[in-house]
Amino acid sequence: MISQFFVLSQRGDHIVFRDYRGEVPKGSAEIFFRKVKFWNDDEAEEAPPNVDGVNYIHVKVAGLFFVVTTMVNVSPSLLLELLQRIARVTKDYLGVLNEDSLRKNFILVYELLDEVIDFGYPQTTSTEVLKSYIFNEPIMVDAGRLPPLGPAAMFMQGTKRMPGTAVTKSVVATEPGGKKREEIFVDIIEKISVTFSSSGYILTSEIDGTIQMKSYLSGNPEIRLALNEDLSIGRTGSSSHDYRSSSGSGTVILDDCNFHESVHLDSFDIDRTLTLIPPDGEFAVMNYRMTQEFKPPFRVTALIEEAGPSRAEVLLKIRAEFSVNVTANTITVQMPVPSYTMRASFELEAGAIVGGSEHTLRAKLTFSQESHGNITKEAGPVNMNFTIPMYNASKLQVRYLQIAKKSKTYNPYRWVRYVTQANSYVARL
Amino acid sequence: MAPTAPTAAKSASPSQPSGKSEVADLKQQLRQLAGSRAPDADDQRRDVFKRVISCMTAGIDVSAAFGEMVLCSATSDVVTKKMCYLYVGAHARAHPDLALLTINFLQRDCRDQDPTIRGLALRSLCSLRVPNLVEYLVTPLTTGLKDPSAYVRMIAAVGAAKLYHISATACIDADLPASLKALMLSDPDAQVVANCLHALQEIWTLEAASSEAAAREIETLYSKPVVFYLLNKIKEFSEWAQCLVLELASKFLPSDNNEIFDIMNLLEDRLQHANGAVVLATIKVFLHLTMSMTDVHQQVYERIKAPLLTLVGAGSPEQSYSVLCHLHLLVMRAPMLFSSDYKSFYCQFSDPSYVKKLKLEMLTAIANESNTYEIVTELCEYAGNVDVPIARESIRAVGKIALQQYDVNAIVDRLLQFLEMDKDFVTAETLVLVKDLLRKYPQWSHDCIAVVGNISSKNIQEPKGKAALIWMLGEYSQDMHDAPYILESLVENWDEEHSPEVRLHLLTAVMKCFFKRPPETQKALGATLAAGLSNTHQDVHDRALFYYRLLQYDPNVAERVVNPPKQAVSVFADTQSGEMKDRIFDEFNSLSVVYQKPSYMFTDKEHRGPFEYSEDLTNLTVGAETTENVISAQRYQENDNDLLLSTSDKEDNGTRASNGSSTSTYNAPSDLIGSSLISSQTPAETSLINTIGPTSSSQSNFSLDDLLGLGVTESPAPSPPVLSLNSKPVLDPGTFQRKWGQLALALSQECSLSPQGAASLMNPQSLIRHMQSNYIQCIASGGQPPNYKFFFYAQKDGATAFFLVECIVNTASAKAQLKIKADDGTAAEAFSTLFQSALSQFGLS
Repeated sequence: MISQFFVLSQRGDHIVFRDYRGEVPKGSAEIFFRKVKFWNDDEAEEAPPNVDGVNYIHVKVAGLFFVVTTMVNVSPSLLLELLQRIARVTKDYLGVLNEDSLRKNFILVYELLDEVIDFGYPQTTSTEVLKSYIFNEPIMVDAGRLPPLGPAAMFMQGTKRMPGTAVTKSVVATEPGGKKREEIFVDIIEKISVTFSSSGYILTSEIDGTIQMKSYLSGNPEIRLALNEDLSIGRTGSSSHDYRSSSGSGTVILDDCNFHESVHLDSFDIDRTLTLIPPDGEFAVMNYRMTQEFKPPFRVTALIEEAGPSRAEVLLKIRAEFSVNVTANTITVQMPVPSYTMRASFELEAGAIVGGSEHTLRAKLTFSQESHGNITKEAGPVNMNFTIPMYNASKLQVRYLQIAKKSKTYNPYRWVRYVTQANSYVARL
Repeated sequence: MAPTAPTAAKSASPSQPSGKSEVADLKQQLRQLAGSRAPDADDQRRDVFKRVISCMTAGIDVSAAFGEMVLCSATSDVVTKKMCYLYVGAHARAHPDLALLTINFLQRDCRDQDPTIRGLALRSLCSLRVPNLVEYLVTPLTTGLKDPSAYVRMIAAVGAAKLYHISATACIDADLPASLKALMLSDPDAQVVANCLHALQEIWTLEAASSEAAAREIETLYSKPVVFYLLNKIKEFSEWAQCLVLELASKFLPSDNNEIFDIMNLLEDRLQHANGAVVLATIKVFLHLTMSMTDVHQQVYERIKAPLLTLVGAGSPEQSYSVLCHLHLLVMRAPMLFSSDYKSFYCQFSDPSYVKKLKLEMLTAIANESNTYEIVTELCEYAGNVDVPIARESIRAVGKIALQQYDVNAIVDRLLQFLEMDKDFVTAETLVLVKDLLRKYPQWSHDCIAVVGNISSKNIQEPKGKAALIWMLGEYSQDMHDAPYILESLVENWDEEHSPEVRLHLLTAVMKCFFKRPPETQKALGATLAAGLSNTHQDVHDRALFYYRLLQYDPNVAERVVNPPKQAVSVFADTQSGEMKDRIFDEFNSLSVVYQKPSYMFTDKEHRGPFEYSEDLTNLTVGAETTENVISAQRYQENDNDLLLSTSDKEDNGTRASNGSSTSTYNAPSDLIGSSLISSQTPAETSLINTIGPTSSSQSNFSLDDLLGLGVTESPAPSPPVLSLNSKPVLDPGTFQRKWGQLALALSQECSLSPQGAASLMNPQSLIRHMQSNYIQCIASGGQPPNYKFFFYAQKDGATAFFLVECIVNTASAKAQLKIKADDGTAAEAFSTLFQSALSQFGLS
C-alpha cells in the first residue's frame, strides 16, 4: 500500500507530489531529501531510509528521485519495479524524461499517476491501456539541446548515433507531418564485467544483457524475433549438452534468462524464436546472464615500477581486440595512485579507440615520501569504462525480425542495434 | 496545451512572485471565469487550474481558493475536470462544508454516458474523505460495482475500501464486502478481481480486530477454492496483481503434498518473468510451501538461484540491492548450497559500497574447504581498495573466514602479509583480527608474535588496533623478547594516549607481563599504576586501584586473577539470534529483509498486529467471548482465591502488593504470605519449582501432586526437567498459523487439571497468565464455560525451535486435551511433561 508518490529534482524541488492515502505526516518529501542528500557523509546509513515508521523507497532516474512512501511492510522489489515502470511510462508519453519535460507536462503526469495507482494499489502500467484515460497532449521538449547525462543515460535515452528523433519520440503524440512513422527498435545492450589478474589472465567474466524493444507500429502486429539457433540455456553440465554445432564457432550458452510477459515461448525450444505482440512503448523483451568465457573487447595490462626512492613509472597498455569497423567511445581509464603522490605526468593519444589498435600510456609519478615496500598494493586496480556500439561480446544475435502483416506495401523500419558497455572492467596490478 | 493569449483578467492583476498574492490573484481570475461563457473560457480555465495545481505541487497553500475552484468546476473539458478533481480531493477535508458543493457535479458525473467520466467521478467522490458526506457515497458505489464498464467496477472496488476508511459502519451496513466477494469470484475482468481482493483484505483485516466473522472471512480468502481460482487465472492479471495473488498463495496452507506440487508446477514459469517483483513473490510461495519438506525445500534453493542472480544483474542499482538482500538472507540460511557460486558474489568495481558490504558477508558465509583459497585471494585484493570502509570490511572478512575454518594455515599467512602493507588502518584491523585468532587458535602464537613483535606501536594510530597489540604484548610477553620494554615505552607516553580503551588494556598488559617477567617490568608496573590512579576516567582509575589493592592483598591471588589459565574460545557470539533470522525469513519479500530486522521493529504501532490477537486465529471455533454473566462468578471465585493464594504473576505481585487493592481478580491476595520469598524466585528459571502456597516453595511439585492425590497422568520421572524455555519468545499469529499448518502432530494427550484449577478457570485470562509465568505464551484463546480452547506456544531456551500447543479444557470434567506440535520433534515429550505439570499447577499456586 503506497501512501505517497513524488518526484524530486536534484535540488529537492517537488516536480509532482501525489498523496494517495493521507496517512503520512506533512513534510515527508523534505525528510527524504535531507536523508538522501547527506547520505555520503554517513556510511552507516541504511539503504532505504525509514523515519518514524514511514518507509521511503526511491530510484534515481535521469537525475530525478522517484519516491514512494509507505507505512506498511511491503515488498521492496514491487515498489522499485513500479517506480522504474512509472518512469518508463512517463518517458513513453513525453519522449524524453528529464526535469524540463516533467515540469512542462506535470498535469499529464498527474493524469498518469491517477490511473497507475489508486488508493495506494498499483493498477496498470501498460502504456497502451493508459492511452484511453490520458487526455493531455504531451508538450515536446527538444531532445537535441539536452545536456548529456553521463554514460548511464544510454539506458534511459536509447542509444546515440541512431536516427536521432525516433528514440526520443513520444509513443502517443501525433507528429506534425500527420502520419506516424512505422518503426520498431530492437536494442541488444550488454554490460560486461571482466577482471584480469596481474599476469593478464581472466579471473572472472560476466555479461548481463537485455534485449530491449520499442515499438511504434500501429495495429499491434505479431513479431517473431529469431535468436542464434545454437543458443542454449543453463549450465547444466556437459553431459546434457547438445553437440549440434560443436565446431569452433562457439555456442552461446546463457546461464539464465527471463522474459517479458508478452513473449510466447512456444517455439523457443525448437528454433529459438520469440513470438510476441509488442505492447506500446519501451520494454525489456528478455534479460540474460552469461558467465561462459568470452573474448573480452580490450586487453588491459598495467605495470607500476619504482624508479628511484620517491618515484614510480606506470605503463598502461590497452589493445582493442575487435574488428576495425567498430569504434569504441566514451572511454575512460582510471587508476588510483598512492595517496602521497605529488605529481603525475603522462602522455596519451586521447579519443576513440578503433578496433585492432593498441594504445599505451606512460606516466611518471613523484611521491612526497618514500614509498614503503610494495607499491603494487598501494595503487590500482585499473578500471576502464567504455561503450562500443555495434558490438556485442556474447555473440548473441538477432537472426531476423519478422513482422506479421498481410499487406505487401507494409514495410516498417526495423532497427536492430547492438551496444556493449563496461560494467566493471578491471585489471589488477 | 497551447499557450493562451493573455486575458483581460490576467493583465489586470499581474501575478506576483510571492505565494500569497499568487493565490489571491488566482482566486480573482477564477471568480471572473466562473460564469464566463466566452468562447475561450475553457482554455483560460485550463490555464488557471494548471497554475493552481502547480502551486499545490510546490507546497503553496492554495486551499483558500477552494470556493472559487468549485464554482468553476462545471465544465465538460475532461482535462479541466481532472485537475479540479485532483484539487478537490486534496483539500476537501479542510473544507467539509464547501465540499458539499462538489457533491452535486460529482454525482451527476457518476451517471454520465461515458464510462471514463463515470469512473473518474466515482474515484474523486470516494477520495473526498469527508465523514459527513458518506451518505452520498453508498449509492454510487453500489451501482458502480454493477456498472457494465470494467473501468468503473474496478474503481468502485477500491472505492469500497476508501469508504471503509471514512466510515466503517457505512461500508459494512451497505454490505459492500459481500458484493466485493461475489464480484471477486465472478468478474471477467482481472483488474476488477484484483481490486476486490485488495479491498477485501484491507477491510477484513481491520474489521477482524472487533469481529470474529471478519476473521473467518479472511480465512476464506486463504482457502483452497479462492486461492486455486485466482492462481488458475494468474496469467490474466497484470504483473502487480500477480504479486498480490502470489502473496495470498504464500499464506495458503496446503492439505497435502499434491497440492504443493500442483501450485509449484503452475507457477514454475513465473520464475522466468522479467519483473523482479513477480519472481520474488513466486519464490516466497515456493519457500513457504516447502518448509516441511526438507528435500524439496533444498531443490527450491537450487532452482531459484539462477533467476535471482539474473535479477541482480538486470535492474537498476536499487533493484539489484533489494534482490541481493534476499539472496543474502538465503545464503545466510544455507551457505552450503551457494558454495559453488562464490564468484557471483565477487565485488565489482561499479558496485556501490552497500552492495559490496552485502557481498563480503555472503563470501564470508559460503567459504568452505573447497573455495576458501579463491575467496581469500579475492578478499586480499580488496584490502588495498581505495574505498577504505570496504577495505576494512574485506580484512575483517578474511579474519572471520579464518575463525570459521579448520585449516587456517594459509589464511594466517595472508593476514600477516597485511601487516607488511604498512597502511595504518590495515595494520589496525589486522591486529584486531590476529588477536581474535589467537584467542581461538593459541597454537598459532609462535608465527603471529614473530610478526607482531616487529610492529612499532608508534605506527598504529587507531585505538582498537593499539589495544589489540597491547593485549598481545601482555598475553605473550613470555615469548616476545622485548615485550616489557615496549610496554614500558608505552607507559612513558601515557599522557599522549587519550583513549581509555588503550589505557585499560595497558594496565592489564603490564600486570600480566609483571607476573611473567617481574624484574623487567617492576618499574613499568609502578609507573602504570600511578598513572592509572591519577587518571580522571572512572574505569581506568578503578581498574588501577583494583590491581593495586589486589597486589597489596596477595600477589598470588592477583596472579590468578590476571593470568588465569585460558581456554581457547571456540565460538564467538553471533550478533543476530537465530530466532530473529527466522522471523525475517518468514517475512521474505518485504522490507524486513532489506532492513535486516523483523517488521515489528520498524512498522508503526497502528499498523502492527496487536500482540494478543485472539480473534485473528480463526481455527478457533469455540464460542465467543465470555460476557458479563461470568463476572459475578468471578468475584465469588476471588474469595476462593484468597485462600489459594496465587502468585503466578510477579509483576502484579510487586505493584499490587503495596497498595493492597484488589482490582485484579486473583492476584491481589498474594501479599498475604511470603510474597517476598516467592517473587524473588518466580520466573527466574523455567524449571517447574513453582511457588506453591504456604507449603515449602522449594518442594518439588511432583511430590506435591502426589500428596494431593492428583497425579500427573504420565507420572514423569522425578528428575528435574531438562528442558528450559525461553522467557520471552516472540511469535506472531501469522507465523503460528502457518507453522501449525505445516508441522506434523508430535503428541496428542489428555491430562487433568486440579479441581481448584478447573474451578478457577472462569475466563481464559487466568490460565493464560498462569502459563505465561511458566514461559508458555498464549497466542489465541476463546470459548465459554465449560469449554475453553487455547493456542499456546513456547520456545526452547537458546534455540529457535518452537512448541505449539492446542489445548482444549473442559472445566466440568477437569480434563484437558493437548495437541502438541514442535519444530524439534525430539523435545516434544519433554515439553509435554513440562506443559502438563504447569497446567496441573494451575489453581494451586
